[in-house]
Amino acid sequence: MEKLLQVNNLKVSFDTYGGEVQAVRGVNFEVNKGETLAIVGESGSGKSVTTKALMRLIPQPPGRIKEGEILFEGKDLAKYSEKQMQKIRGKDISMIFQDPMTSLNPTMKIGNQIMEGLVKHQKMSKSQAKKRAIELMELVGLPDAANRVNQYPHQFSGGQRQRVVVAIALACNPKLLIADEPTTALDVTIQAQILELMKDIQKKTDSAIIFITHDLGVVANVADRVAVMYAGKIVEIGTVDEIFYNPKHPYTWGLLGSMPSLDSADDELYAIPGTPPDLLNPPKGDAFAARNEYAMKIDMEQEPPMFKVSDTHYAATWLLHENAPDIAPPPAIQRRMEKMSRDVQYQTKGDRP
Amino acid sequence: MARYIFQRVLYMFLTLVLIATFSFFLMKMLPGTPLTMEDKLSETQKEIILEKYGLDDPVPIQYLKYMAGLAQGDLGISFQFDNREVTDIILSRIGPSMQLGAQALLIGTALGMLLGLISAIYHNGFLDYSSTFVAVIGKSIPSFIFAGLLQYYVGLKLGWFPVALWGTWEHTVLPTIALAMFPIAIAARFMRTEMLEVLGSDFIQTARAKGVNKFGVVFKHGVRNALIPLVTVMGPLAISLMTGTLVIEKIFAVPGIGEQFVISITTNDFPIIMGTTLFFSFFFVFIILVIDLLYGIIDPRIRLAEGEK
Amino acid sequence: MDNSKPSKDLFVPVDLKDSESERLTRPSLSFWQDSFNRLRKNFGAMAGIVVLLILILMAIFGPYMNKFDPYSQNLDHSFIPPKVPVLENIGWLGLDGVETAIIEGETVESAMTTVKLRMGPENAEFVETRVISEGGNGEPAKIEAKLDIYKAKNIETSYWFGTDSLGRDLWTRTWHGTRISLYIAFLAATIDMVIGVIYGGVSAYYGGRVDNYMQRVIEILVGIPNLVVVILMILIMDPGILSITIALTITGWISMARIIRGQVLKLKNQEFVLASQTLGAPDNRILKKHLIPNVTGLIVINTMFTIPSAIFFEAFLSFIGLGLPTPTASLGTLIDDGFNSLQTNPHVLIYPAIIISLIMVAFNVVADGLRDAFDPKMRE
Repeated sequence: MEKLLQVNNLKVSFDTYGGEVQAVRGVNFEVNKGETLAIVGESGSGKSVTTKALMRLIPQPPGRIKEGEILFEGKDLAKYSEKQMQKIRGKDISMIFQDPMTSLNPTMKIGNQIMEGLVKHQKMSKSQAKKRAIELMELVGLPDAANRVNQYPHQFSGGQRQRVVVAIALACNPKLLIADEPTTALDVTIQAQILELMKDIQKKTDSAIIFITHDLGVVANVADRVAVMYAGKIVEIGTVDEIFYNPKHPYTWGLLGSMPSLDSADDELYAIPGTPPDLLNPPKGDAFAARNEYAMKIDMEQEPPMFKVSDTHYAATWLLHENAPDIAPPPAIQRRMEKMSRDVQYQTKGDRP
Repeated sequence: MARYIFQRVLYMFLTLVLIATFSFFLMKMLPGTPLTMEDKLSETQKEIILEKYGLDDPVPIQYLKYMAGLAQGDLGISFQFDNREVTDIILSRIGPSMQLGAQALLIGTALGMLLGLISAIYHNGFLDYSSTFVAVIGKSIPSFIFAGLLQYYVGLKLGWFPVALWGTWEHTVLPTIALAMFPIAIAARFMRTEMLEVLGSDFIQTARAKGVNKFGVVFKHGVRNALIPLVTVMGPLAISLMTGTLVIEKIFAVPGIGEQFVISITTNDFPIIMGTTLFFSFFFVFIILVIDLLYGIIDPRIRLAEGEK
Repeated sequence: MDNSKPSKDLFVPVDLKDSESERLTRPSLSFWQDSFNRLRKNFGAMAGIVVLLILILMAIFGPYMNKFDPYSQNLDHSFIPPKVPVLENIGWLGLDGVETAIIEGETVESAMTTVKLRMGPENAEFVETRVISEGGNGEPAKIEAKLDIYKAKNIETSYWFGTDSLGRDLWTRTWHGTRISLYIAFLAATIDMVIGVIYGGVSAYYGGRVDNYMQRVIEILVGIPNLVVVILMILIMDPGILSITIALTITGWISMARIIRGQVLKLKNQEFVLASQTLGAPDNRILKKHLIPNVTGLIVINTMFTIPSAIFFEAFLSFIGLGLPTPTASLGTLIDDGFNSLQTNPHVLIYPAIIISLIMVAFNVVADGLRDAFDPKMRE
């Protein structure tokens, strides 16, 4: 498989009154052509910041990319100037944002908002761009596109607006599409529609997708590979099967355990105790240690490196060290994992070759 | 939309009638009449004068006559200038006041918007602090202080522009600057806050993610959205200029409504005082109405929401 | 870091106390502490507070700092330029008690005559002149004339801010005027605050029909320009401190009432108030614990903005002839007076103008600082 994007040791910090907030603390991952990588983690884990850094959309100041490489087709975007980035944004990499209610310009016609990227990157004339905008609106499933190009965002429903946002992102056939929680703000039924739309479009255009979410159900549905982020780091990364069937990091156990399912109605939901650490003063050792019921002495002192589980599966926990005691996930979580793995198998059958 | 306009106009008339009534009865309570100065007149002479000013009728009749006159644009007769109608006096002096006000408002808001824009783009930078400083000064220091400074230093010491009076465009320069400081400050502050808010909003990120350059982000997506709320401060600004013209016209001896008003206060010429306050009130209420309607026209969200009703 | 060979004994489970994971990582600050901390970091606002404190102290004690009385006239000492002991040696400050003028005339002789007239014939022997240009060729002759009035009139004491047309000491009058202007402003702002808070609070708290009627009243009042109301009120009452204060408050309370109403309405429907109600908190607890603390900041900020606007209006009224009657001094009457002799004696205008500007800027800066400090959105 061909590598499209490789991120090496990316660190992003925000300088605030209180000091330096280390939002992203050394992240490594890669995205291959045409695949979908899901990044999961709770709010504040740095998943949004990571992807915004990829597009260099972090507001500077207070934010800055402290260290690391963002190799897109071999070129390091971290060293690009703002001018150079403007040629990449919307053309090679584009982004879908979380809240469709606020991510469209309220005083600009929908058509013009879709056309903007086309006119800029593909040097289309206005009329050509408008034609293409109507095509795009039809592609994303907006009926009566020819009339609706001249309408304003407030005349569209939430789901329709998100379709418009998708159309804007797709306008120039990007090689990489970043979707930052694109379904969080939507109704469940609309969520499913947007997910189907995105999968559909990926089949047609063969773009790679980075999908940010905290909804593991969505992950199972769309992703090829999953990266789990905690406190500004990737703690576990692997194929969707590996993460769901064979999770190694206690945080991933916690995440999976806290996901409700229909046939586990009798079980108590597992909740990860405590709150994420303050990234103004990240704790020494493993950032998850304070909330980890399997924490060992070493977790308090040293940061765990990435341990290799398989060629595609890595996890950053001392539990994988040869000296560590053999610890299996808690029975309740194990049981839930087994149940879920059946569900996931059932759900994803046919979607993946 | 039509119903909305109708409702607003109705409210406007109600307010005006109230102001007129209020000022009429206040005028009745005032100590002075045209006769206070002239004790030596004979009874017949007094009667003639009272009749001339319509002061011989009982108060309710006077009120009705006064209101009927108002409806036809008749504001009464001046005490000071024999037989001159207040309406005439106001109309003859409206030109310079309007010119000054319009110049100050246009130049002031344009400059202020520019300052605010610069502030927002270079947020927390040197330019931001400088223009914020200018805005604080302009907002805080009263226009008559600026007028004094300009008159003394620019007019008297440097001799660049005429110190006072009216005539050529050069005469308008100093009073316009003095009057424009406030709109500059208000527009700059407002534009800065609005622009910062707009630039921090999600759709600006969408635009940047499309690859739109900085210029496009600021002007195509930013300014338009920041301008809509700016319309709302234009009304209060126009009205504050009205207050400003009173003193500025006095300082620079501009033959406008304000100067006449200040003179009339010293000579107790109540018909002119009342007429001018009514005129100001009308202007005030009218501006508020226009701004309200304008807001509805500019913002597509309001425009359509009203249209769909 | 040596990650490859961590020692074996580190791989033992530790017992985590619950408190560990739930521990708050930042010290908890009350709303007021937090706001004050932010205010303290705001240089402009702190400078504003210092300036205000100095001005208020001067308004209280300034008039007693020399032997003059704000009302006593000394026509012999009219328009004496300012002279301050020590500072008189710094030329550009203009505090040396020397009146300087540049006089133009067709020829040097005629200019000299003008100098004599301007400086007063009786002072002729104390006038120092210097010819700047001889004139000729259509150019006027220019003479710089300097007169040390203190020497000419044999004045022993120094008038720190000079004197006005009636020979009254401007230092005393200026601080006296500052006191009266501040007094009017504080009084008006307090009355505005009380009426506004009660009106807005009642309107929002009771809601329904009460609110409806009270808002109609406000809507009509808002339509009347306050300029008009203030002028009309002053016309029927005799100008004086009290009548000016009343005139200022007649429309002044409206903005406070609207702000308070808006805030209370917003708070009333907010989840934390609903939660408190659901838990059975009595009305006065909700009022004390939720409404008042959340409204106080707004009241303070709005009052801080009302004070400078009241000072402005007082000065404005003096300016159009509706201010305090003579001989009372306020910043407004002093400035109005200063304009009458701006061309020949700018010192009469300059000091009250500087002080009113300082007051206005300081109040605005402090109010801005408070607004930023109280705004919980900024909380990081």
